[in-house]
Amino acid sequence: MDMKSLYLLIALSPLVGSIIAGLFGWAIGRRASHVVTILGVAVSAALSFKVLYAFLSGQAEVFNAPVYTWLTVGGYEFSVGFLVDSLTAMMLVVVTFVSLMVHIYTIGYMQEDPGYQRFFSYISLFTFSMLMLVMSNNFIQLFFGWEAVGLVSYLLIGFWFKRPTAIYANLKAFLVNRVGDFGFLLGIGLVLAYFGGSLNYSDVFAAAPALASKTIQIIPGCDWSLLTVTCILLFIGAMGKSAQFPLHVWLPDSMEGPTPISALIHAATMVTAGIFMVSRMSPLFEMSDTALNVVLVAGSITALFMGFLGIVQNDIKRVVAYSTLSQLGYMTVALGASAYPVAMFHVMTHAFFKALLFLGAGSVIMGMHHDQDMRNMGGLRKYMPITWLTSLLGSLALIGTPFFSGFYSKDSIIEAVQLSHLPAAGFAYFAVIAGVFVTAFYSFRMYFLVFHGKERWMEKKDDHHHGHDDHDHHHGLGPNDKPHESPWVVTLPLVLLAIPSVLVGFFAIEPLVYGSFFKGVIAIHSEAHPALEELAHEFHGASAMGMHAFTSLPFLLALAGVVTAWFFYMKAPQIPAAIKQKFSFINQVLENKYYLDELYYAVFAKGSRALGTFFWKVGDMLLIDGLVVNGAAKLVGTFSKLVRKLQTGFIYSYAMTMIIGVLALMTLWFSQIILR
Amino acid sequence: MFTNQLSLVIWAPIVAGLLVLATGGDQRANLARWLAVAGALIGFLLSLPLFTGFDNLNGGMQFEEVKPWIASFGIQYHLGVDGISMLFVILNSFTTLMVVLAGWQVIQKRPAQYMAAFLIMSGLINGAFAALDAILFYVFFEGMLIPMYLIIGVWGGPRRVYASFKFFLYTLLGSLLMLVALIYLYFQAGKTFDIQAFQAIAKIPLNVQILLFIAFFLSFAVKVPMWPVHTWLPDAHVEAPTGGSMVLAAITLKIGAYGFLRFALPILPDAARELSWIMVALSLVAVVYIGLVALVQSDMKKLVAYSSISHMGFVTLGLFMFTGSHLNQWAVEGALVQMVSHGFVSAGMFFCIGVMYDRVHSRNIADYGGVANKMPIFAAFMMLFAMANSGLPATSGFAGEFMVIMGAVQVNFWYAALAATTLIFGAAYTLWMYKRVIFGEVSNHHVEEMADVNKREFLVLAVLAIAVLGMGLYPQGFVEKMHLSVNDLIAHVAQTKL
Repeated sequence: MDMKSLYLLIALSPLVGSIIAGLFGWAIGRRASHVVTILGVAVSAALSFKVLYAFLSGQAEVFNAPVYTWLTVGGYEFSVGFLVDSLTAMMLVVVTFVSLMVHIYTIGYMQEDPGYQRFFSYISLFTFSMLMLVMSNNFIQLFFGWEAVGLVSYLLIGFWFKRPTAIYANLKAFLVNRVGDFGFLLGIGLVLAYFGGSLNYSDVFAAAPALASKTIQIIPGCDWSLLTVTCILLFIGAMGKSAQFPLHVWLPDSMEGPTPISALIHAATMVTAGIFMVSRMSPLFEMSDTALNVVLVAGSITALFMGFLGIVQNDIKRVVAYSTLSQLGYMTVALGASAYPVAMFHVMTHAFFKALLFLGAGSVIMGMHHDQDMRNMGGLRKYMPITWLTSLLGSLALIGTPFFSGFYSKDSIIEAVQLSHLPAAGFAYFAVIAGVFVTAFYSFRMYFLVFHGKERWMEKKDDHHHGHDDHDHHHGLGPNDKPHESPWVVTLPLVLLAIPSVLVGFFAIEPLVYGSFFKGVIAIHSEAHPALEELAHEFHGASAMGMHAFTSLPFLLALAGVVTAWFFYMKAPQIPAAIKQKFSFINQVLENKYYLDELYYAVFAKGSRALGTFFWKVGDMLLIDGLVVNGAAKLVGTFSKLVRKLQTGFIYSYAMTMIIGVLALMTLWFSQIILR
Repeated sequence: MFTNQLSLVIWAPIVAGLLVLATGGDQRANLARWLAVAGALIGFLLSLPLFTGFDNLNGGMQFEEVKPWIASFGIQYHLGVDGISMLFVILNSFTTLMVVLAGWQVIQKRPAQYMAAFLIMSGLINGAFAALDAILFYVFFEGMLIPMYLIIGVWGGPRRVYASFKFFLYTLLGSLLMLVALIYLYFQAGKTFDIQAFQAIAKIPLNVQILLFIAFFLSFAVKVPMWPVHTWLPDAHVEAPTGGSMVLAAITLKIGAYGFLRFALPILPDAARELSWIMVALSLVAVVYIGLVALVQSDMKKLVAYSSISHMGFVTLGLFMFTGSHLNQWAVEGALVQMVSHGFVSAGMFFCIGVMYDRVHSRNIADYGGVANKMPIFAAFMMLFAMANSGLPATSGFAGEFMVIMGAVQVNFWYAALAATTLIFGAAYTLWMYKRVIFGEVSNHHVEEMADVNKREFLVLAVLAIAVLGMGLYPQGFVEKMHLSVNDLIAHVAQTKL
């Protein structure tokens, strides 16, 4: 099989599964629908592993070729085409592996749902779209994949379309993402206009160095660097998709979707598309310090301030969601520090442990009969041992416990920021280091509340069900019920995700971050941005890094976070309650997510509706229709009233008028002849 | 296939329409329907050789036919299509077929006359696109309005008289001035009404060009419609039956843009360039202002009508993207792609609304909610058209907007930035409507009683869906036909006539 067919097979087999399950699911039934979609993704995953192995062992060559011509304009061809290099290969494995796990998990999670086939069709379609996004060799296809994953995200957040909250959340997600896409598309426009008329990555990157000092005037009189403007516009796209402040508001609400897609789309894959895109564009971003500073600031605000919000959530999924936001902030910070390989490394480790945490949360929700409120949980450890253990491993990976995969990626980010010379790096370093404590605190707050302590559902009041997944009459556990461990289709993916969550960092850090894996794919100007190079000097192997960590600041902060959480929620639960009372203002601000939703709603949603109403009522109805159109009609009416008076209906009157007319014309005619 | 292919494409539907009319009263309604669908299908099939037999390497007129008509005034029966008009002839023949199917059982009052009106209109519209003689164009251009008046006036809603009157008032204003302009050009071009001769006039002073441009503008801008002469369209759509709305949005609006392309731009290049800033400004107002107005509509048809105006803003924007004396190729081709795409998407949207209207007899968003529970197949189709209307990639709606925005960036960043707000507003008004109508719990007993699409509706939706997806995934199939004609246009416009 030649490489092109191989890559086509990777991309298209999930699409085939999706089409079969989507269009013919009603005919072939549930079992056949999940078999065919899982088969499609499994083929994709197996081949992706093969591709990654080829790249790791150095046998593979970069593949860059068009598949078909989408459009030609002005002599330039715009094609759908594949670029498969080490960066793509890594993403292929992450996407298809997590997707496969989620497909299997879904058999258990969605078994009672009437939209079973539709769900499988959507997640396979998502997998296809995400693969097209990461395999693209040009900006247009990137944008295609970008919007397609957005579409599937929209469809899946609103999967339970009867729920008002779900259909509010999916519309919000789509529109906020569109704000990002607005910037992204203009960025692509600038690329097309100035980088040699092509939208292929290779052409654009080749044209970039010559444009280093080119300026454009967006506002007359202000010369701005072309690369800075382009990069910032592209990054606005990434801010939408990867939920960076201030375009992050859609991600927490996206938890209205079923849990498997929260794991797949809103944690492991789609939301990292922005990180992937910036890494892919590293040759452009490296040429603009201003853009990198913007990236750093957005990332560090997201990393720290979204972490704070995780502390006050009571919905188990929302804790994980804010954790995801915060971790996406970490990745963005890594990008800003020009440590693109580290960012991608964190994309990978995060995909495993965050998918694990989400799927674990889903398993807990099933055990709790679709109750998501952590205040009703507790002591689940003994009822759900596999879920408990895997969630613990995932949490340890998330907080950066030495030797766990999350440790290697997150610690590298912290160190890279410390070594960055950009002005914003100081603030970013503070944010990511403080974030370590916050992460550990909210993660273990959740862990203790869910798996340890009193079995609180027993004392639950009857009117107190916060069940979010209650579409099919689930109301949480009653006081006499016992939670139960989930079936094997649910626990197997947990175990299979726990393994890389623990191990992959140790083995991958050396080749990915310090080796030659990303060489020639990710560009770093080491003279201007030496962080990663300096980091490489300090690196003496994965085990040395792990050992050294026990005396480092991040470890101590993480430990402090865990201990504080234990003390607050296991030992002395009166303390958090007291703090909540004493600092009720701060608590209010956090519980209301800094009031950003309210602000956006008041300004953008209400503002544009008010403006629309104004244009409609005043512009269209009053001025154009009222004054001009109906005014003209009235004028015609008035005029015809006058004319009507002439139409008396008497023949002698018409005859008289005619004679006068003829006389007038003759006079005119004669006078012209005479005057000539 | 035939030597006089274009004549066939024009007259076959008209003859079919007369035959349908001859079936007479309502007692032979089924015969009329089958005859109409056969006529529309024949019309569509006859138009296909224009596409398959088109020579991509020829930017000039093809399938030309010339016969003397009124020799004393130099008026000829001169037909021909280039890579631009050919697409619209086919789009029109296609839409007619969809419309005849759409009106199948819905129209119970005088179905023969209804079907006949559409068939005759289809032929006349083909004539307007294929005419290369200005008077011939004028006759078709005005003639096609008669069936449309009848369709709105006879099968329309309660305020149909106001709507047709408004439509009439608007169009009358422009058309007469255009006739004056054509007569002026007749003398300048050496006593001929040949459009290509008009284009070949070597010298026209700027002030004359501007006056002529204004005459054409008043005629064509109303049809597009451009802000601020757009207010007839929402009323016409609201009152028109589903089929009328489909043709109105898919085809009639395109004639206005086509007029700019065939007359105003190549005949009056200097005026077009001088006044392009006004055209751009009006287009951007259409995109932003109308987009916001669409957001607050409570009537689905009005919402889609405003959405049409906003999308047509992209067309006029694309047609007037000048860098120096050169039109931008991205923008012009984008405008053309947008025109064809809007034909599919708006027909799909109006048909979807019609399907719901037939069941609930309301166009009000507030009267719906939770339709997906009762009509899942329909909901899936409407999702596709809604996404296309929001300009999602891989649907035809994306290709045109994308190309125009790409072209606009090359001319002026702010043009592009304002145009690109449609990414947000377009999605907002379309998907917000979709949410309120389709999603949610079943909201009332009317919705509870809705049955999913029947076979005929499924057929129309599926064919339109394939068109929308096909053009989104492979716009090249359309664009390669128009390249050389667009190049010719750009080269022609670049030559000053001062």
